[in-house]
Amino acid sequence: MIRVSKPWELSENQCTPEKLYLDRRQIIGSLGLSCGLVASGAIAKPPAPDLPLVAKTSKWSISDPATPEKLATSYNNFYEFGTDKSDPAKYAHALITRPWAITVEGEADKTGTFSVDDLIRPDELEERIYRLRCVEAWSMVIPWIGVPLRKILARFEPNSKARYVQFETRFEPEQMRGTRWPVLDWPYVEGLRMDEAMHDLTLMAVGMYGRHLPNQNGAPLRLIVPWKYGFKSIKSIVKIRFTANEPTNSWKKSAPREYGFYSNVNPKVDHPRWSQATERVIGGGSFSSLFNRRDTEMFNGYGEAVAQMYAGMNLKKNF
Amino acid sequence: MANIKPLLKPLVFIAMLTPLLWLFWQWGLLFMGKTGALGANPIEASNRFLGDSALKLLLLTLMITPIRDITRWPAITRLRRMVGLFAFFYASVHLVSYFGMDLLFSIPALLKDIAKRTYITLGMTAFLLLIPLALTSTNAMIRRMGPKKWAQLHKLIYAIAFLAVLHYFFMTRGNQPGPWLHLGVLLILLGWRIAKWLPARRLLSMDTGPKMGK
Repeated sequence: MIRVSKPWELSENQCTPEKLYLDRRQIIGSLGLSCGLVASGAIAKPPAPDLPLVAKTSKWSISDPATPEKLATSYNNFYEFGTDKSDPAKYAHALITRPWAITVEGEADKTGTFSVDDLIRPDELEERIYRLRCVEAWSMVIPWIGVPLRKILARFEPNSKARYVQFETRFEPEQMRGTRWPVLDWPYVEGLRMDEAMHDLTLMAVGMYGRHLPNQNGAPLRLIVPWKYGFKSIKSIVKIRFTANEPTNSWKKSAPREYGFYSNVNPKVDHPRWSQATERVIGGGSFSSLFNRRDTEMFNGYGEAVAQMYAGMNLKKNF
Repeated sequence: MANIKPLLKPLVFIAMLTPLLWLFWQWGLLFMGKTGALGANPIEASNRFLGDSALKLLLLTLMITPIRDITRWPAITRLRRMVGLFAFFYASVHLVSYFGMDLLFSIPALLKDIAKRTYITLGMTAFLLLIPLALTSTNAMIRRMGPKKWAQLHKLIYAIAFLAVLHYFFMTRGNQPGPWLHLGVLLILLGWRIAKWLPARRLLSMDTGPKMGK
């Protein structure tokens, strides 16, 4: 299942450029890294969200009309910036997204710390229009731009013990005001089984609507796992860890009766506090569409592509 | 002072109606095809706004007595009935908004929710308990029941406030600050009454019981 690609090399620019040397305190202070690990790209200014991103279109895109961009960037669950849906758009600007380092650890041959700009290769960017189904029974249709996660993970050469992969969100109370209160056990963590992570549908997104991700949507890079509830699609990632055992995820830790590890979209398994049979479509257009609900599809409509990964599994038990 | 007194009730009445008028205004904007302050999910935003208003008014009702004690301004207690009735009014609109816009007036869906979902059970219980209080909030009812019995019945407000805060706790995901904040305010308001009641009781037992201490 794991497609081993060409051995991936670090940027050739391994020596320390003057600018990086001058910025060393800021970099060490904000990241807790040694300079040598950070490639030169790490000191680049954050790309403005309105900067256009060029990407190929993908066969995985659905044809539903996209949610208005204004709604997708103002109605967010990103508790690191507050628990109200409007909080992330108000407060996420405080997050500094460059330099941004991602630490890779665990069961892989090429572990270490990498800059986001080295992990994301512009020629690999694809645009994918996916339905995003939140566990709170609403959905949006979003044109993401990113790289299939499998292409990124393969470069770290996970070893044969790597059966799962865990991700971690940045935890920086200074910049992320929501983390000053223990809504969840910070930092936010999520995990996937290796075959889920290597599935071609799983995307590491860096943009949406043709532009770089706004902070409230998980800049500079976030996961998109379209057949799972939205909370699995972890935002603003700083750590990737390959593990032999099933890793924990924040919502399961917070309420194990309500959230599981798999969290596949499933209209037949209700959340204890609401039904998952239908979903409210955000931004349908007309006034009457505010009241519209659509039937939630098994695996959010991606069953044909992913159902075989769960063959023989009891999805009520493994919710 | 004398000339604002007759204006006090109408002013408070208008103030309490303002949140609802604002909500109607926002829905008017939506009807005209504009996104207003209710955002991408106006049904959810409306339900929360109405529930939040009801809970805040419930706490405000309980705040009248401490305010009277602190300001030594007994006239303020004349506002309590109106604030309490507005709390009931907002709770009713909250319920109708949830039943209508979330459940599309489906009674089976409502019954299923009440039976299955803890936060709905709690909220519904709080609402049902509010009904007898609202119905007996007239001078005639106080006379008919007798002030003692009436006051006893209206002690239910403490249980209702707790149920409402619990409803909020069970509704939110994760450990959010909002419910804790409201619980804190409720505990302070109850603590105020206990602090008043304790010395009064000690005084009473000194008068009637055997001599204690000095």
